Amino acid sequence: MDVRVVAQTSEWGDELMTAAVELTGITKRFGDVTAVDHVDLVIEDGEFFAMLGPSGCGKTTTLRMIAGLEFPTEGSLKIFGDEVGTLPPNKRPVNTVFQNYALFPHMNVLDNVAFGLRMRKVSKSEARARAAEAIGLVQLAGLENRKPSQMSGGQQQRVALARALVNEPKVLLLDEPLGALDLKLRQEMQGELKALQSELGVSFVFVTHDQEEALTMSDRIAVMHDGKLLQVGTPEEIYERPTSRFVADFIGQTNLLEGTVEDASTICLANGARVAASSDHGVGAKVALSLRPERAQLGARGSAPSGPSVDGVVGRMTYLGNARVYTVKLDWMEVEVREENRPGVELHAPGTEVTVSWDPQAISVVTDS
Amino acid sequence: MTAVEEHPVVEATPEFEALAARQERRRGALYALPAYLYLVVFFAIPFLIVVVYSFATRTRTGGVELGGWNLDSYQRLGEEIVRDVLVRSVVLAIVTTLICLVIAYPFAYFITTRSPAVRNVMLALVMIPFWTNFLVRNYAWRLILANEGPLSNTTDAVGLGPTEILFTQSAVVLGMVYAFLPFMVLPLYASIERIDTSLIEASRDLYGNARQTFTSVIFPLSLPGVVAGSILVFVPSAGAYVTPAILGGNKNVLLGSYIVDQFGNARNFPFGASLSVVLMVLMLTATLAYFRSGGRNL
Amino acid sequence: MTTIARPRNLGSRLLGLQAALVYAFFYLPILVLVIFSFSDDRLVGRWGGFTLGWYEAFWNDQELTDSLWVSLQVAASSTVISVVLGTLAAFSLERFRFRGQRVFDALLYLPIIIPDVTMGIMMLIFFSEGIDLLDSVGIEASKGIGTVTLSHIAFNISFVSVVVRARLSGMDTNLEEAAMDLYATRWQTFWRVTFPQILPGIIGGALLAITLSLDDVVVTQFSAGPGATTLPVRVFSLIRKGVTPIINAVSVVMLVASLLLVVVSLIVGGLRSSSTPVANDD
Repeated sequence: MDVRVVAQTSEWGDELMTAAVELTGITKRFGDVTAVDHVDLVIEDGEFFAMLGPSGCGKTTTLRMIAGLEFPTEGSLKIFGDEVGTLPPNKRPVNTVFQNYALFPHMNVLDNVAFGLRMRKVSKSEARARAAEAIGLVQLAGLENRKPSQMSGGQQQRVALARALVNEPKVLLLDEPLGALDLKLRQEMQGELKALQSELGVSFVFVTHDQEEALTMSDRIAVMHDGKLLQVGTPEEIYERPTSRFVADFIGQTNLLEGTVEDASTICLANGARVAASSDHGVGAKVALSLRPERAQLGARGSAPSGPSVDGVVGRMTYLGNARVYTVKLDWMEVEVREENRPGVELHAPGTEVTVSWDPQAISVVTDS
Repeated sequence: MTAVEEHPVVEATPEFEALAARQERRRGALYALPAYLYLVVFFAIPFLIVVVYSFATRTRTGGVELGGWNLDSYQRLGEEIVRDVLVRSVVLAIVTTLICLVIAYPFAYFITTRSPAVRNVMLALVMIPFWTNFLVRNYAWRLILANEGPLSNTTDAVGLGPTEILFTQSAVVLGMVYAFLPFMVLPLYASIERIDTSLIEASRDLYGNARQTFTSVIFPLSLPGVVAGSILVFVPSAGAYVTPAILGGNKNVLLGSYIVDQFGNARNFPFGASLSVVLMVLMLTATLAYFRSGGRNL
Repeated sequence: MTTIARPRNLGSRLLGLQAALVYAFFYLPILVLVIFSFSDDRLVGRWGGFTLGWYEAFWNDQELTDSLWVSLQVAASSTVISVVLGTLAAFSLERFRFRGQRVFDALLYLPIIIPDVTMGIMMLIFFSEGIDLLDSVGIEASKGIGTVTLSHIAFNISFVSVVVRARLSGMDTNLEEAAMDLYATRWQTFWRVTFPQILPGIIGGALLAITLSLDDVVVTQFSAGPGATTLPVRVFSLIRKGVTPIINAVSVVMLVASLLLVVVSLIVGGLRSSSTPVANDD
């Protein structure tokens, strides 16, 4: 199978890279319900891109609109510069791997994989040859004559992959591809999908509600909630610099300390304490400090920490084996502090008065949404 | 293969979405059209004609004069003879239903106590005679119950004297029970099988004996099946024609034969039509009750 | 599926006995019928030695074999048309939404619940009026095989559509989406993906239609004209005139035919359901 050519020419000039998928103002309404609300999104060619969010956030609907299984109510949807939003799925150069694989039960593996080619009038012999090649690519060589019912979940998923990829789509869409697999198989498939994608160079767009999966596999992630696109960025950007409360809370664990902006470098917390924190939200804006448990340090009360801090009392300690999580009661809320279980680390017994401190560079200031 | 058509593709708008939805609807309606037209012409219209006939006038020679809202046929429904027929048919249907219930309930219960494999075999064995030709199943009883037939000879041989049951109402009930018993067994079985065993165990745990467990737990929970089965037996029994015709003889006319008669010897089409309408209304009400009580597809 | 605890006691034994009696009740009449169809005695119901004579008589009886042929013709043609119309109807109800769908659904249901006497009367009056109407514009028409077939189609469409609908609704709709995703047109999607999946339903519906058509007595009787008697109608009128041994033979033949149909549909149903897979995750 050919490796994709990454750069595309456009009418404006040579070697201008056109985005693989471009959504502008994409909206989908079902009666009174707005499932997808004015989403603007660019997915680059050759990216491993994830759409992440809780169920009902609109990520699957958006994926289906790219596939053509739904028409947008409004907006422009371009694939490599061509407007395709109103084209039926069988006229778009994208293919989908469905959540439950949707393999045709009455056909064997070879005919399943060859299906798309046959529909496009490729000769039977050539289609079968190319299908066999794709089956080898997903390491299922030798199983061409099996029926889907005779295969395990992991194998079925590979067949679904081969069936989509054999058509050399410009974009591959995957709807929660690993959800039905058990842990070990899932981790295995994660690695294989990554390897496959970088070998082929085709954009993979996959939908998941598992943030760990998104973080480990993607080049970039789009976080969605309630139909709105909240943030797009690399896994690092999403984790380290969330721009909204929801993203901060949804990805990993965090403590949200409420407060208001006093000036560009100070925030007034709910207990009145003023801490150093840079933000570009207007003065008086209601914000929250997103402090991840592993970024917080616990010290005995009285030890003068270098950065911003708050005082509290240790409530509970949870032992996780590789770390300890302390629940610290502040005057107005509880925060969690995570400490690696290293030899010689100081332990804090419940009831101890402590100070929680952090590096102002290691936190984010987020607003509502 | 390219994505773009020769003509430019439009951007998505609510108008386009609505248009696409409309096209889908039109397609669906198109697929439905042939069957719909057929049923309108060969079912709905015939039914309407029957209703029109029920308001028509019977001419002296037995013909039909249409037009006008003649309520004669409906007024005849109140006559004593007619009421007798109606009452007799309903009573017979109720008797049939009760007998089916009494026979089917322990039978269905027994099936639920067997292992799944045995259950399937037992149910299949119930269904097989049911799927065989209806006429033949009635005729078999005609054969057996005939005077000087197998049954009579057998009872005579064991000293009970010859049995002359044919052409009596009992024979009709027997035939109907035989024909419709599976209709009672299946819903009962489905309903009893669905009962959570832990409820029965709870009853035992709380000191209930077998009889109390049955009356307080099992029977009430199986009520949907009882209702469903009863309706499924009552409806065809009330309108039965073939069974009474073969096993019932000419005395004690039932509704089915009475209606057919109006189109035969009695030549009173309007009256036959009004009787048919009554039967149809009866069936519709029973069926609605069936669905209201949570019954599912037959 | 829950199995109610089995009490091993007198109650359980009595229940078992009752069940055995019920089965005897179901099968004995049929057995008796079969036995006496081989009985060489003019008096029905008396055993007079084994003979195949009545079957021979059936085969030689012109009227009976003619009516058998009529039954087969009506069953074949009404089934073909009902399957096509019924499958289309099922498809429209399960895969689409359109105005008047509820009404259509209800209309489709009526032939299933209507008592056969009422339907017979409906068709009788309808055809009589229809023939008069055609006559008044100079078209000569009469009741015959055609009218019987038309009546059979009227109820068979509904039964076929119920069976096919069940199959359609149980089918994974993702399969059709996957086919479209893989460049199939609607036509291709239907024939390559949907149709193979619903085929057991279509066959089941067809078998049901054949059975109902072959079995029907009342509606046929009222829709028929001279020369259009089906076998059950013929037998019905024979029975009412008086029972003769030949009827036993005819009955057994009809019985065997229905049993064959049941066995075929069970086999087809069993075969197909074993080849429909459930994706398991491991």
